[in-house]
Amino acid sequence: MIEVAALPPAMQAALLVGVVLVEAVALYAGYGVVERSVAPPIIEALEKA
Amino acid sequence: MDLLGVGIGLFALFVVFGFMVGVFFGFFGMGGSFLVTPALLILGYPAPVAIGSSMAFVFGTAVIATMKHHDVGQVDYKLGALMFVGIALGIEAGKMLVYFLDQLGRAELVVGTAYVVLLGAIGVLFVRSALDRSEDEDSDPGTEEEIPEIAKKIKSYNVPPMVTLTDGSKASMWTISGVGGGVGIASGFLGVGGGFIRMPAIYYLIGVPLAAAVGTSLFGALISGAVGTFTYGLDGAVDLSIVTGLLAGSALGARIGSAATAYVDEDDVTIYFGVMLLLASVAVALGELATWLAMPILDRLSFVLLVGSSAFVTAVIFYYGGQAIRTKGNRSVESSGPSE
Repeated sequence: MIEVAALPPAMQAALLVGVVLVEAVALYAGYGVVERSVAPPIIEALEKA
Repeated sequence: MDLLGVGIGLFALFVVFGFMVGVFFGFFGMGGSFLVTPALLILGYPAPVAIGSSMAFVFGTAVIATMKHHDVGQVDYKLGALMFVGIALGIEAGKMLVYFLDQLGRAELVVGTAYVVLLGAIGVLFVRSALDRSEDEDSDPGTEEEIPEIAKKIKSYNVPPMVTLTDGSKASMWTISGVGGGVGIASGFLGVGGGFIRMPAIYYLIGVPLAAAVGTSLFGALISGAVGTFTYGLDGAVDLSIVTGLLAGSALGARIGSAATAYVDEDDVTIYFGVMLLLASVAVALGELATWLAMPILDRLSFVLLVGSSAFVTAVIFYYGGQAIRTKGNRSVESSGPSE
């Protein structure tokens, strides 16, 4: 297991940038799947309301 | 119960606030970051943490937005890369200014005051633009491929080194670096993506057509966000729990806001957004007064004003969106109904 706090500050900062990047890509892809499956029935229900 | 080191209630607040900010970003193409730093300042975070975490949020949001624009193919990556040095130097200068003020014990006051002016000015611009549009609906907005006269004039000066952009036109490296550096200072000092300055600067000063200027500006926000996250991260001033909560909400909100543009006329909502920015300016001013007068009630009032006005504008967008979808549904039922 890597101890993050023991890494040099530059490595920690680069790791932080990587974590935010991965979070953003995962959220973009994950919500994309949710949107494709959930959005059409919601819009259809609103159209019929 | 804690989640990523913060109470679950506070984490949920970040998700909800991020959602609203995401809706604005998706719908208006801006409004994301310049609400986050003030909210964190009002919540009592030190200025470097508020700005550093906001920059990391900008980075995550810009990654998502650039991926969407990349699919449409309207990003000048070469120009974005050329701006990198200017942006990096500008952000470092902005950060140094924040830490200098922090040492004097004045960072929250100066950054807060800058936000009062910034949010007030942008709010006035939005309200004016909404009122002007309702009076002057026949004006020609121009095409997305047009380049403004001032940009043509600036491009006509040959100040070496000149570089060729993706669209084949030439621009001076000094103009590109100046735009990158100027916006970088604002980003590093305020914790914003700077799209509201960079996009007009790319369009009016560098002369990139409007459609590509929007995508390229987003790519610039991505670079600013990455550099800002790294440089503030070096000092441990980025709180990942804040960033994760905000991003989880904003990534969803941005999709809904972006989808709402297909149904809601921006002109119907712009005035509410402008008023919300003016209220946000008042909220930050109240937050500053709370510290100055040692009246915590003003702090609570400023927070309610900021979150409440954001929630109201989100509800307005949802209301108009819902109405438009229902109207469309009723029309299609009428048109497909039995004919005699």
